[in-house]
Amino acid sequence: MFKILSEQEIAPAVHRLVVAAPRIAAARQPGQFVIVRAAEGAERIPLTIADADSAAGTITLIVQAVGDGTRRIIEQARAGSLRDVAGPLGRPTEIERFGNVACVGGGVGTAVLFPLAKALAAAGNAVTAIIGGRSKGLVILHQEMAEFCRQVLVTTEDGSMGIKGFVTAALAELLAAPADSAQRPAAVYAVGPVPMMRAVAEQTRPAGIRTIVSLNPIMVDGTGMCGGCRVTVGGQIRFACVDGPEFDGHAVDYAELSSRQNAYLDPRCKLDEQLAASQKKGSRA
Amino acid sequence: MADPTENRSLTPKERLAIGRVAMPQQDPAARVTNFSEVNLGLEESAAVMEARRCLMCKNRPCVAGCPVGVRIPEFLEQVAQGNFATAAEILYGDNALPAIAGRVCPQERQCEEVCVRGKKGQSVAIGWLERFIADWSAAHGFTAAAAKPAATGYRVAVVGSGPGGLTAAGELAKRGHDVTIFEALHDSGGVLRYGIPEFRLPKRIVDAEVAGLVSLGVKIEFNVVVGKTITVPDMLKDFDACFIANGAGLPVFLNVPGENLKGVYSANEYLTRVNLMGAWKGSQSSTPIARGATAVVFGGGNTAMDSVRTARRLGSQRAVLAYRRGRAEMPARAEEVAHAEEEGIEFMFLVAPVEILGDAQGWVRAVKLQRMELGEPDASGRRRPVVVPGSDFELPAELVIVAVGTKANPLLTRTCPQLALNPWGNIIADENHMTSIPGVFAGGDIVRGGATVILAMGDGKEAAGRIDQYLRQNKTPRR
Ligand SMILES: Cc1cc2nc3c(=O)[nH]c(=O)nc-3n(C[C@H](O)[C@H](O)[C@H](O)COP(=O)(O)OP(=O)(O)OC[C@H]3O[C@@H](n4cnc5c(N)ncnc54)[C@H](O)[C@@H]3O)c2cc1C
Ligand code: FES
Repeated sequence: MFKILSEQEIAPAVHRLVVAAPRIAAARQPGQFVIVRAAEGAERIPLTIADADSAAGTITLIVQAVGDGTRRIIEQARAGSLRDVAGPLGRPTEIERFGNVACVGGGVGTAVLFPLAKALAAAGNAVTAIIGGRSKGLVILHQEMAEFCRQVLVTTEDGSMGIKGFVTAALAELLAAPADSAQRPAAVYAVGPVPMMRAVAEQTRPAGIRTIVSLNPIMVDGTGMCGGCRVTVGGQIRFACVDGPEFDGHAVDYAELSSRQNAYLDPRCKLDEQLAASQKKGSRA
Repeated sequence: MADPTENRSLTPKERLAIGRVAMPQQDPAARVTNFSEVNLGLEESAAVMEARRCLMCKNRPCVAGCPVGVRIPEFLEQVAQGNFATAAEILYGDNALPAIAGRVCPQERQCEEVCVRGKKGQSVAIGWLERFIADWSAAHGFTAAAAKPAATGYRVAVVGSGPGGLTAAGELAKRGHDVTIFEALHDSGGVLRYGIPEFRLPKRIVDAEVAGLVSLGVKIEFNVVVGKTITVPDMLKDFDACFIANGAGLPVFLNVPGENLKGVYSANEYLTRVNLMGAWKGSQSSTPIARGATAVVFGGGNTAMDSVRTARRLGSQRAVLAYRRGRAEMPARAEEVAHAEEEGIEFMFLVAPVEILGDAQGWVRAVKLQRMELGEPDASGRRRPVVVPGSDFELPAELVIVAVGTKANPLLTRTCPQLALNPWGNIIADENHMTSIPGVFAGGDIVRGGATVILAMGDGKEAAGRIDQYLRQNKTPRR
């Protein structure tokens, strides 16, 4: 049992959990994640360690309750504890001194981005964060980011906060800046929905700007045992849970990643009878 | 119960006249619709008769054929006399987990292969009798566990709760050591739980064995990934010795185009979803699993057999096992092959995958295979399959499972560079099961590569003895 020390809804359906996990807190480095199983019989869900306090023995998780699995986590957290928390998993972010770095986060991807941006800033980089959300209420962590970033740009699709539009528009402006200016990034970190990461990678590809993305394929064990998290990077099979989750954004096969992420939305994988029936009729989600 | 004098007075000729029992089993048509155990176990009278087939020969080749040296004729003699409790004492004295070994050991390549009765006719059904005694013991509350010994003051860490780790932990606890198992997953048993399906090894058996260890004082800490959560050097600060049995759990893929299509699984993922995560329970489980009218499984070992029989049970009307060598080369247990055939599994021998083909939505729709023929023997002594040119053909499939082997997982060893490894990443252990680090021992699949349950158990048992010696000679007890 892993005790929950605090639970807070920081945006609609986005929750911040502080979990007592002393060993994980001590071992964890930025970029790593845990696998959470909320209760007996629940799914194993990977979640980035957004922050950790090794002295207090706690880790912070940010969970968007979108599906059954994540809703179950929130339910259990509210009841005081999570059954299983395993980690820290994955390779830590390779933190270098690039100079100017742009950190681009979309939706709850911002929670994954947060520890990377913090570590990059701590290593002496000038970090520009670009945080996007559909509307004001869905923009998370911008205040926390402002504590260590040189600037934080917020974009919303409906214009209810910051710049109206997508994160890519804000990034385009930075990329258009002269090569030696304080705006232009030497490296870009992007975390968010697959189409967003792909779009960012396409933007930075012509100038060959180093671009790192953090991938979130479906996982089971998180230790390299099942291969369910495999992704194609530079034509090679890699296991996101042990070789990643961060990869060279210019080498990732995004189409394959999106397709695999959707596998279990397909009726052929749902086990209840209703869906089995619709499968017989030949329909597909 | 059987008259004991009757057994003693049997002449060899009379023993030879008794034919091998048949194992009662679930009807194939029924069992492909459920996950209940296939073999139902022998009745007492059948077990007694079967044990009487043993000729009690002087050479006892079966004992030498058993990787852990169970005193087979001794326990069979007790079964033949109806003394099941005495049989149990002998059996449990040599093998702590007979309910498991009796079900999953490849007996036809161990004790039963060398049984004198097998030379002309059929060997004694040693595996079934082992299982019979184990199940009888469970049903009659017989426990082999001795009184808890006095604490020695030594602390031992065990990595992994598969058969190797569980056996070592039990043997160490019986010697009075304070044992903690660190397990990466949320449940115990290793392959016994996540790999081998319920219809072959009911999980209540694994649960009972683990409960027995806990009652001996063994502690199990789940969700600890050694190499990530803690490292071996960390453990050595808190423990006097350590036994590593983390298995060989990294799946090997085919390396053909289309392998990342939806509906293509490694056997590890497929079986983990079904067994550990409970997808076999259907809508009671929150873990989804892809199903398909036709399933194609690549491989010829126990893992392949378990995968294809699982797919059959999850609704594949056509379930094909595609193996690149011939029937005789299949490493799977003979009984599983027979059961699979009864269940309507289709075997395709001498075929190899060329490509996996998908539809517009990224789901597998077919596999492209090519025919092979057997050429010269390779390093393993098996004849190497070679491609028959121009023999490609397509087989429609909605589900593809790759069960062509596993490798050592580098997660633990990467964070412990002092640990000497062979070129394949397996830990090197000496004849005492000690690794290149004093006090760190290892066994099971991480040392042997993909092996068997009984070899992992044998390593665990032997290593426990060596760890005990090591502690007494090299360490001062913590009090
Ligand atoms: C599907 C399948 C069917 C099989 N059928 C048979 C059969 O019928 N008969 C037979 O004899 N053999 C069979 N085998 C082989 C047999 O299961 C193995 O040889 C045996 O389980 C090896 O035991 P082990 O204790 O070495 O490792 P495992 O059983 O693999 O257990 C290792 C344990 O360590 C844990 N672990 C791994 N890494 C770490 C880490 N870094 N930190 C902490 N814990 C870790 C794992 O989660 C696991 O619980 C089968 C294998 C498979 C996959
Ligand atoms: S999640 Fe199983 S190997 Fe990565």
